[in-house]
Amino acid sequence: MTTPARRRATIAASLPLLLLAGGCSYLSGESQGADPQSADCDAYEQWQGHDGTTVSIYASIRDQEAELLEESWSEFSSCTGIDIAYEGSGEFEAQIQVKVDGGNAPDLAFFPQPGLLARFAQSGDAIALPESVRANAESGWSEDWLNYATVDGELYGTPLGANVKSFVWYSPGLFSDNGYATPTTWDELIEISDAMVEDGIKPWCAGIESGDATGWPATDWVENIMLREHGPEVYDQWVDHEIPFDDPAVAEALDRVDSILRNPDYVNGGHGEVQSIATTSFQDAGTPILDRQCGMYLMGSFYAAQWPEGTTVAEDGDVYAFNLPPIQEEHGTPVLGGGEFIGAFADRPEVVAVQEYLSTVEYANSRASLGSWFSAHRDLDLDLLEAPTDRLGAETLRDSEAVFRFDGSDMMPASVGAGTFWRGMTNWINGDETEETLAYIEESWPSS
Amino acid sequence: MSAPTSPAATESSAARVRRRLSGRAASIAAIVIAVVWTLPTFGLFVSSFRPEQEIKTTGWWTFFTDPSLTLANYRDVLFGTASQGQLASYFVNSFVITLPSTVFVVALAALAAYALAWMNFPGRDWIFLGVFALQIVPLQMSLVPLLSFFSEGVSIGGVQVLPAWELEGAFQFTTVWVAHTIFGLPLGVFLLHNFIAQLPRSLFEAARVDGAGHGVIFRRVVTPLIVPALMSLAIFQFLWVWNDLLVALIFAGGGVETAPLTVRLAEMAGTRGNEWQRLTAGAFVSMIVPLLVFFSLQRYFVRGLLAGSVKG
Repeated sequence: MTTPARRRATIAASLPLLLLAGGCSYLSGESQGADPQSADCDAYEQWQGHDGTTVSIYASIRDQEAELLEESWSEFSSCTGIDIAYEGSGEFEAQIQVKVDGGNAPDLAFFPQPGLLARFAQSGDAIALPESVRANAESGWSEDWLNYATVDGELYGTPLGANVKSFVWYSPGLFSDNGYATPTTWDELIEISDAMVEDGIKPWCAGIESGDATGWPATDWVENIMLREHGPEVYDQWVDHEIPFDDPAVAEALDRVDSILRNPDYVNGGHGEVQSIATTSFQDAGTPILDRQCGMYLMGSFYAAQWPEGTTVAEDGDVYAFNLPPIQEEHGTPVLGGGEFIGAFADRPEVVAVQEYLSTVEYANSRASLGSWFSAHRDLDLDLLEAPTDRLGAETLRDSEAVFRFDGSDMMPASVGAGTFWRGMTNWINGDETEETLAYIEESWPSS
Repeated sequence: MSAPTSPAATESSAARVRRRLSGRAASIAAIVIAVVWTLPTFGLFVSSFRPEQEIKTTGWWTFFTDPSLTLANYRDVLFGTASQGQLASYFVNSFVITLPSTVFVVALAALAAYALAWMNFPGRDWIFLGVFALQIVPLQMSLVPLLSFFSEGVSIGGVQVLPAWELEGAFQFTTVWVAHTIFGLPLGVFLLHNFIAQLPRSLFEAARVDGAGHGVIFRRVVTPLIVPALMSLAIFQFLWVWNDLLVALIFAGGGVETAPLTVRLAEMAGTRGNEWQRLTAGAFVSMIVPLLVFFSLQRYFVRGLLAGSVKG
């Protein structure tokens, strides 16, 4: 070995030490805390006395939205001395199982699929809500919501955020210029669609391409129509597989979807023929609305963030939304949506304190004031919701006539809800028969 | 790896292979394969400099007819989050995870391989066979047991044999180091064993005659001879640990304190994946270090792969 080589080796050997030292000094960063005695902290008095404790939270919310989450509880955290270690991962659904099995469960987890929480409740890993949290939840959320976190009469989770998946996006300018009123019944919706056809506008646009998850926007269509056509009871039976997937009721719903999505007069505004639905990404599908090449687009409330920069999303702006109108009056105002539920795997006092805080309306307001979020909490301060569609979403969920149902494909077994249902609908768009599609999905339902 | 063939036959067949592989047609085929292989990466590279709207609507090749350059993706990736320069800490985490995991595997594998090759003790072959067999166990199978070993300890029949590892601060990395070392060792031991076993017996006999024990033989005789092999194992292990997402997700978690670069990259696309254009730039940021490692050590790498096969 020559001398330069040895010198290089020395440098190489000291590199890890340097980096390690850097990493350690980075880790020992001091934590700043507000003075717990200050007036700002009065609101958190009931949760004080847990100084130096840590509560870990695991969820699928990440990046920018995760930063907003952490900001929303930062005051609580500094006033009570409870450090909240938040971790968001795209692999949440698979990882949470590994973590729980490996004895490394987080203290709290935000479940976007109530079914997953229910599974942990049945296995005895998740802990039922303590009395105080339960009381908060019952006063804050409607039964429709809490039912999704109830297993054997015990409540296992409090709702966190919410989204609405039955929004129809439209251009207020186009509507007012042509004298269309936002429809409140299904018949009005069809009348407007036909009027648009006469005026030379394709009334609907759609796109179901979404990488690995291609097809899911089409399942939202079916779920929305199922809920409106047959009401919440039949919808629940369908989701729980108490009626088969190829039941005449489902066929009826799919036929109605057929009359819009596979109607060459109605679609696909700005994109082309019916088949273009399968190849248009759901992110791009709605943009022709801005150019008035397409009248309406059914997509969740989160689509507000997808519009190109500079688009005003408001009732008097470039785009806005309305809730897909009901079909049968006796079923009230059906709302399809989703949201997260906070489940617990520990019952240490500081964990309960965090659970209590997250179930209060004060927390909901704190998060809502940071933007791009809303919840189904009854007392949420609507004036804090800056984005008009967030406000619309919260109002829609809170409506006393509203019948809320969770996105069905998130409730079905994953092999169907995130598999054959998506694929079946994609093939259906590409021309498969309705019967054939339903039989294919029914056949794939796991037998156990 | 010496097959019981005569030297002449081996040479002639080797020569035949060499002749065929250096012909013109073979060269052209190699170039075509290389181009096809590199093209997607090149497309990704071009994409990483294109504006978000264009990445999402058109293919990367349109860049050549309608070029528009931007560094916005790199800016988003490197300084995108509210707490600026956050990526730097993930970078440090990646090093803190990768370097010890590599050093542990190389050191332990070399010692184990020496022992299995040149020390005589009962059951030696069975142990080697066991190590060899362990390679076929998918590491996914051991994730849950290993995690529970770390977080709950071991208890047999209700009696706590080993306590849980309650690790704080920088020691949180220990579980990832241990996990990576465990997962890397079987292949490492197997590779190095084949190397060390092929060293001529006379070397060891001479050393022993001079009074050297196992420690001295390993340090003074074996180690200098297997440097190329050690280096190629180190490169393998470095790249594997650096690019690993699964083990890091489970044993390091996703917090800024312990998560490596890969975990951050996976999050970067946002909750609904609507910021996926960032992944183009992110991929190249995370690729820099493996490329540097590979290019600076590649002469060892090639030597290491060939060592043993073209001796004499």
